[in-house]
Amino acid sequence: MSTAAVPNPPGGSLTPAQRRLAADPRITADWTRRQTAETNLRALVGRAYPRVRGMFREPSWVIFEILLPFLGTSAYVMVYRALKAPEEYVGFVVLGGALSAFWLNVVWSMAGQLYWEKSQGNLELYFAAPMSLMSVLLGMAAGGLAMSSTRAAAVLVISASVFGVQFDVQEWWLVGVVFLLTLTALYGLGMMMASLFLLWGREAWHLTNVMVEPVYFVSGLNFPVGRLGAIGVAAIATIPFAVGLDAMRQLAFPHSDLLVGTPPPGIEALILVAMTVVFTGASRWCMTTIERMARSRGSLSIRWQ
Amino acid sequence: MTGHPGDASRLPPAIEATGLRRVYDLKPKPVVALESVDLEVAPGEFFGLLGPNGAGKTTLIKILTTLLLPSAGSARIFGFDVATETRRIRRIMNMVAGGEQSGYGILTVREQLWMFSQFYGLGTREGWRRVDGLIEAVGLDEQRLQRVSTLSTGQRQKMNMARGLLNDPWILFLDEPTLGLDVSAARGIREQVLAWKAEIPGRTVLLTTHYMAEADELCERIAIVDRGRILAIGSPAELKRRVQRDSIFRLEVDRLDGGPAALARLPGVVSAAFASNAAPDAQHVTVNLALREDAALGGVVTALAGMHSQIRSLGKSEPTLEDVFVKLVGRGLADAVDDSTPMPRSDADDDVAAAHAQAHDPETNG
Repeated sequence: MSTAAVPNPPGGSLTPAQRRLAADPRITADWTRRQTAETNLRALVGRAYPRVRGMFREPSWVIFEILLPFLGTSAYVMVYRALKAPEEYVGFVVLGGALSAFWLNVVWSMAGQLYWEKSQGNLELYFAAPMSLMSVLLGMAAGGLAMSSTRAAAVLVISASVFGVQFDVQEWWLVGVVFLLTLTALYGLGMMMASLFLLWGREAWHLTNVMVEPVYFVSGLNFPVGRLGAIGVAAIATIPFAVGLDAMRQLAFPHSDLLVGTPPPGIEALILVAMTVVFTGASRWCMTTIERMARSRGSLSIRWQ
Repeated sequence: MTGHPGDASRLPPAIEATGLRRVYDLKPKPVVALESVDLEVAPGEFFGLLGPNGAGKTTLIKILTTLLLPSAGSARIFGFDVATETRRIRRIMNMVAGGEQSGYGILTVREQLWMFSQFYGLGTREGWRRVDGLIEAVGLDEQRLQRVSTLSTGQRQKMNMARGLLNDPWILFLDEPTLGLDVSAARGIREQVLAWKAEIPGRTVLLTTHYMAEADELCERIAIVDRGRILAIGSPAELKRRVQRDSIFRLEVDRLDGGPAALARLPGVVSAAFASNAAPDAQHVTVNLALREDAALGGVVTALAGMHSQIRSLGKSEPTLEDVFVKLVGRGLADAVDDSTPMPRSDADDDVAAAHAQAHDPETNG
């Protein structure tokens, strides 16, 4: 632990470690842009760490995050097959089941996270640290992504093999782009919701419940969203899960005549870009506003407010 | 710009507060948590804020750590304004609160500390090295790979202390750091802070506590705070000199109808308050008495007999910080305002909770 103050070289440039141990706090406090950026990046990795570590440390998630969703997906597959529905429906359900991992993660592990961090006392320490709070949000998102991607991949592979789903992907690059854009839009929304939940407090939990089943329905989790008509179009315009899922279905089953009433995947990719920009920008604005309000009201560290 | 390790005199004040005021906008009426606080702490000083729950200590710390804006007045940390230069201040300070439950139970002690080291921008390897050094320094070697959720209260607080030192802060804010710890664990924390501070001149500590002995042992200067105001500032010796003219007695009786107030009304009694380290119970009551002169003791003994109180022990004692506190505040820490509102308890919330209680007190609101 022993540390010794470093004499300051006259006019010399200091490494972050030297700066930290400089003989004058005014030098320690004077960070370069690079140091600030590096700290934000490190904070992102640091905040993602508990989520990734927890994934390996608590293997029970395999049951809750893979087995149970697989059973849910299986039930719809059975229903469609019993009704002798076109085989594409099985593919739609499998894709929906895989992508729902991300939505659940956004709703349960992103949206309520800052509120939980506040009740644990972590939030105060985050605010008091020199990194940007966006790093914390991005770290939460990155950690959540790692977990959800594993679940999504597992559900997709298992379901596709068990039910013999044949995907007919012809534009792999666009699938990749749409998938990434879906994730950025989804987690952008998650970051924004995390800020809003913090602002609204306990009432936010009711919102969480509203955001699962109703969103599944209007997003067409187990059926093509275009079948909902105007509601489906509205969902495509506002919910990243809905637009991402529809675009992935269109790309996985390009010749299906069941996917009607929604824009083509290219347009939906642009919608996802717009959503990413709006949600991420809004989350940044929310965090700044919340910090300002918290400092002014004193509600930042008061657990019961 | 050149500097010399050990030369702290050329640095700006570690803390400089002028006319600080903080009002919480609570219903039914706003509550003043801090009022006209002026304070200057020199670089390298170990400074204590002593006061009961709800005195304003935590509000002051929150302002100084950039978590709360003052309603009026200004404060600077090593020359940086707490309202506008928050980033710079956050790079040179850290804070640890008693009873802190921060972090994630699923991580090990080592992992948790490393995570926090990343928030301060320490390099990956540098972070691990620093974490290992601090784990050793705070005596958590055996718990290094233990999950945070399985730590005892004392071990957890040692880990929190290590977290507070991760970035080698220039100023460390300690808010009741030994709250709820046993004697041995509390001593360990105190020794650790002193050792860390002694390593580099200029390292400054602001400690809030309501443990008088802790403040006496650690602090070079102390401010006694009550109801949002600083009542006195000085070294422990200077503060004690304020009551040396009085005769201080420690009295233990089996019962005391009417409490210390019944004694405080007697002729020749300057103050009477429950001893903070000996709260009243069913068997006995311990009271610190300050008398104008020893002769006033006779009247006290007679009055006790009249109240059917049996004296268990009575002894003259040297003035303590508690006596200073009683004289300045008019009551002991054990008698002081406490927040008994049915809310989740957090010492960090004390000022607001007490203010909240005060705002809802029908007596306060008329």
